[in-house]
Amino acid sequence: MTVDSSAIAATAGGGLLALPILLPVVGVLLSFLIGGRRAEWIALVLMPVELGIAVAIACRVWRSGEPLVYTLAGYAPPLGIALRVDGFSAVMLVTAGLIAPAAALFARANFATLGIEEKRAPLVFWTLLQGIQAALSLIFLGGDLFNLYVGLELLTFAAVPLVCLDGRPETVAAALRYLLFALFGSVFYLLGVALFYGAYGTLDIALLAPLVRPEPAVWLAAGLMTAGLLAKTALFPLHLWLPPAHANAPAAASAVLSGLVVKGSFFLVVRLWFDVLATLPGVVPGTILAALGSAAILFGSVLALRQARLKLLIAYSTVAQIGYLFLMFPLAFGPWAAEAFSGGIMQALSHAFAKAAMFLSAGLIAESLGHDRIADLGGAARAMPVTFLALGLGGLSLMGLPPSGGFAAKWLLMKASIESGQWLWAVVMAGGGLLAGGYLYRVLAPALSGESPHLKKTRARSRESIALALALVALLLAFAPPSFFAFLQIGRPAAGLALQ
Amino acid sequence: MTSATLAGLVGAALVGLGLYGLVANPQPLRKILAFNLMGSGVFLVFGIVARKGAAVGLQADPVPQAMVITGIVVAFAASALAVALVLRLFEDTGQVTLNPEAWTKPPEDGAEAG
Repeated sequence: MTVDSSAIAATAGGGLLALPILLPVVGVLLSFLIGGRRAEWIALVLMPVELGIAVAIACRVWRSGEPLVYTLAGYAPPLGIALRVDGFSAVMLVTAGLIAPAAALFARANFATLGIEEKRAPLVFWTLLQGIQAALSLIFLGGDLFNLYVGLELLTFAAVPLVCLDGRPETVAAALRYLLFALFGSVFYLLGVALFYGAYGTLDIALLAPLVRPEPAVWLAAGLMTAGLLAKTALFPLHLWLPPAHANAPAAASAVLSGLVVKGSFFLVVRLWFDVLATLPGVVPGTILAALGSAAILFGSVLALRQARLKLLIAYSTVAQIGYLFLMFPLAFGPWAAEAFSGGIMQALSHAFAKAAMFLSAGLIAESLGHDRIADLGGAARAMPVTFLALGLGGLSLMGLPPSGGFAAKWLLMKASIESGQWLWAVVMAGGGLLAGGYLYRVLAPALSGESPHLKKTRARSRESIALALALVALLLAFAPPSFFAFLQIGRPAAGLALQ
Repeated sequence: MTSATLAGLVGAALVGLGLYGLVANPQPLRKILAFNLMGSGVFLVFGIVARKGAAVGLQADPVPQAMVITGIVVAFAASALAVALVLRLFEDTGQVTLNPEAWTKPPEDGAEAG
């Protein structure tokens, strides 16, 4: 296999690719430069622009049907660094472009910077949110393994302080735990990068892919990098940091952490196995990943059933839903590969929207009731119907009931697993769906019955509608047309290539 | 045994020792030190990789060296952030532990906020 020269030469209009990374960085610098009071407005003005750029990039990929490439400063790899966007990364860019402003609008009530005394937490929140955007853009667009390492580290450094914004000791401890797991992950990833460079002398994904052979150095590098990324994605058994971190963060931060940040490192696992290592026989490593995913689904769901607090329940459900993401790996070989790939991506998208909606709803519930103890939720749905509607609709997607993006995802994955004869994954998925139904019932059943409780704080309609809008997007994903799945395949090597 | 092989083995040993410390030691400060030990091991491996360029006639491949410098900056920033969190934890509670049970016992207003 030779390197397709179009994979390392800049394409027309590729300059657009630098903007999603630059824009949030400019926002962060401006926030520090012209004062914390304007940080909120800088973020709110830049985020729609960022979304517009993401949509423009997706449109270009759609129209050309090919990945876009941009070489920084005109230096082609291996000397220079390339930014690339394919169908998958374009979709992830737009997803991040939608969820970040939703969380930002929701957070305005908690982290206002205008018209009040200047405080540190709001400034930190707005700059870190933009930092997360910049890091995610870098991860979705980066075409060089070391460049992706930098993106991964940026993401960690932006995400960890969001966990402990309110400064309570348990949040600081949760952030510290998160950081230590993430650092373990980054060292492993970096060691893998060193081995790849030592073996082949390049780190550009397009140049590396045709060189990769199944030899010890590659297997070792792949294992180290995957283990590191799994620690950052919180796949069982490296999930221990996630529940306390996601459950203790402010609601808007939890939505971004659970919806987007864990998807960043998942995205890199997909890049690694589907692009860099596409020529490796991947069934055995894929099966290991899926086995860990299955364990995550079962453990996460059972632990979610046992939680006393709503936010912890939602955080444990994230552990379970991350498990589904990894079921695509053993199924991605053979004629059903495209189906499995689409299913995995669909799960990433629908979980991002559904989980963001659920964390925002849980935040509203906790603010209105003054607590989020599940045992004391009786009648709460009468007092705040829209909030619980958003929570329930998000839950629909987690269970995988139609019509929802979660249903589309699990349907595709189940079809692929049955067609390929690996029906075990289908059983796990069905069981996970039932357990998800169980833990949602635990929340919704008491909330829908009994007397309406006294609300400490009146609910804000605008904030409720943000959560509801996110949940509706998760539902609308169920109606994605076939052309959407064709779009996801842009830049993928032809299905079955890896089988040879 | 060439010096490159020796350095590579030392790098691997550092990563192994660091990993053991990171997993087995309960104290956060020691975990941070262990992380730095692992990082040093990885940087040493990068150094060996740079020497491989010498075989093709180059003095030394500059790319891995650039990566090590970036890696050192990242590791420094990470250690600083981790130490800041440890200090904050100690200031507020007088103890530094990662045990999640340590703060959940008194069910005061702590667990209430959203």
